[in-house]
Amino acid sequence: MIEGVTIYDILTLTTILFFIGVYGFLTRKNLISILISVEMILNASVVNFVIINKYLYPDVLQGVLFSIFIIAVAAAETALAVAIIINLYRQISSVEVKDTEVMKY
Amino acid sequence: MNLTYITLIPMIPLLVFLVLGIFNKKIKPLVSGYVGVFGLLASAMLSFYAAYEYFFVHGKVDGVFQTFSIKSVWMNFTETLHIDMGVLVDPISVMMLVVVSVVSLMVHIYSRGYMKGDDGYTRFFAFLSLFTFSMYGLVLATNLFQIYIFWELVGVSSYLLIGYYYTKTSAIAAAKKAFIVTRFADFGFLIGIIVIGYYTGTFDFETLNNPEGSAILNWASTSFMGLSIITWALILIFIGGAGKSAMFPLHIWLPDAMEGPTPVSALIHAATMVVAGIFLVARLFPMYYFVEDGFALNIVAYVGAFSALFAAVIAITQTDIKRVLAFSTMSQLGYMMLALGVSGYEGHEGVGYMAAMFHLFTHAMFKALLFLGAGSVIHAVHSNYLNDMGSLRKYMPITNITFLIAALAIAGVPPLAGFWSKDEILVAAFEHNKLIYYVGVFVAGLTAFYMFRLYFGIFWGKDRSYEHAPKESPLSMTFPLIVLAVLSAVAGFMPFSEYVTADKAGFQAHLNYPLAAVATSVGLLGISLAWVFYKKENTLPDVYAKIFGPFYKWASDKFYFDEIYLFITKKIIFKYISAPIAKFDKKYVDGTMEGIGNKTVLVSKTIKGMQSGKVQDYAFGFIAGVVVLVIVGIYLWSN
Repeated sequence: MIEGVTIYDILTLTTILFFIGVYGFLTRKNLISILISVEMILNASVVNFVIINKYLYPDVLQGVLFSIFIIAVAAAETALAVAIIINLYRQISSVEVKDTEVMKY
Repeated sequence: MNLTYITLIPMIPLLVFLVLGIFNKKIKPLVSGYVGVFGLLASAMLSFYAAYEYFFVHGKVDGVFQTFSIKSVWMNFTETLHIDMGVLVDPISVMMLVVVSVVSLMVHIYSRGYMKGDDGYTRFFAFLSLFTFSMYGLVLATNLFQIYIFWELVGVSSYLLIGYYYTKTSAIAAAKKAFIVTRFADFGFLIGIIVIGYYTGTFDFETLNNPEGSAILNWASTSFMGLSIITWALILIFIGGAGKSAMFPLHIWLPDAMEGPTPVSALIHAATMVVAGIFLVARLFPMYYFVEDGFALNIVAYVGAFSALFAAVIAITQTDIKRVLAFSTMSQLGYMMLALGVSGYEGHEGVGYMAAMFHLFTHAMFKALLFLGAGSVIHAVHSNYLNDMGSLRKYMPITNITFLIAALAIAGVPPLAGFWSKDEILVAAFEHNKLIYYVGVFVAGLTAFYMFRLYFGIFWGKDRSYEHAPKESPLSMTFPLIVLAVLSAVAGFMPFSEYVTADKAGFQAHLNYPLAAVATSVGLLGISLAWVFYKKENTLPDVYAKIFGPFYKWASDKFYFDEIYLFITKKIIFKYISAPIAKFDKKYVDGTMEGIGNKTVLVSKTIKGMQSGKVQDYAFGFIAGVVVLVIVGIYLWSN
């Protein structure tokens, strides 16, 4: 609980954060930038978990624990994504999204 | 009687076929020749032992030859209607075992010399073994369906062997023709089998042939277009037999089948496979005889008599020696058919049946000998045509003498084999049908004439100036000639009528002296005419060919039967039936299917553009979808 800040303010903030992530995911040309955008979407949901836990059910800890869990999974996922991007770079010498179109064949 | 070793008789050639067929390229020709010959020798020994045991030890009980069989059910339809696999041992199957063994063994030995140096030597022996296996299976079959299976197997091996020189266009065409014509006839056979199975409830020979059995006694209970259905079925089965035995009008494949190697002609198209039709009629003889007072049997008699006459006339005019022999085979097969056709059932009445089987036996020996002799001549002269031969007696003494024995035998000169069997046939015809008897006597004269035309043409006449002097063939080829010549000379003295008869009881056959005298003098007349015409080169043949004019031309063109068939098939069936059906098939049946395919391709082409391969396009679609769903959800929820 933060004095003077309502749950609506924080939910507005996470919504903005989430849609910035979505916008970045759709428009960025670089795979790394897309990865960063995905991280923003994840962070928005993590904050949502914590806030809802704190404001609505202060007696329990599930929301907080879940956010830690999500951060761990996101870290693993990022490691995997970076590995894929590096491999892709070795193959086509580029991390541009438009160069990965050939993978549909 | 212990039958287990009889099942081995067909199995040995099958094994040889598999070994030679699978290791085709790896086996040396010398080895494959020995494998083939010794495999068959084993089968032949077992066959001879079976014949000895059947005819002299176990076969006869109370003066009647018994039928032994072992069967195992292979396919079950109803309680009584099932297809068995097994072996059936009775006088005719044992006799056929001996015929097939002797001729096949001789042909195997002969082929080792004749085919020497040929590229497909091992393949040839493999096919010969396949054929021998199928033929053994055919004669030992216990029921109509089993005989049908092996019937088709001999057809296939005949096809493979006729087309053995597969680089020769004429050989391929002949192989196809033989297969299609016999297959067409077998269609009738198959329908006959199904009809018999449906109306009598069994395929089994022993049940069908029982004169007191329901199949024979109840023939009148069903009728179709004025005849008993069983009679129709027997006629249909006879069509199958006529196709295989080259009876008129299904004979057109046999002369062309001579494109195969000569040993094949001797084995398949003279001695064994072509008698399968006669064997089939003989196998079902009680049915043919008792059902509708032998209506179907009369058809057999007239078709046989006509074929005998028809083929003998053509044989006189042919110049290819193998074709002369082919038409001669057809004529002799007609003889056997007519003998079956005029036969009765019990005791001396059944002389026709016994004569047909006797003639089958002796004919197998001397016709195989004639073909092998012709092969020996072709081997030396490298030509099939009479125009390229003459005076070969100086170069090939053994072939000359053995060929002469065979020619005398087929002409019916006593005391050689053909005289005895032909005499019995004429006795049977004389006692039952005078018209057929006169045809038979006339054909006997023609046979003697064309056979000695052939003999004088090859071994006497003008000495052609050969480029390479013809040599006598090697021992592997002359040995079978000598063996078969001995058999052709003495086979007639067998008391055949005591062993192989329609009612299986046996009777004493006596020479009918007046009839024998008539037949012999007609034969001698034919021979002396041939002597006058062909012994020395002269102009008589040409003069007489001119006198007969158009008739001679028709006969030498085989009465245009090939052309008639071609006209019917190509100009009528292909043009007015097959072509429209093919067009319908292409346009509508194929069209529908292809239309479905083409439409699918078209649709997928248009929707293919949606798959851009860009991750962000997909993500946009996904998010847009979520947005739409959310809007719809809110709209519904708020109401």
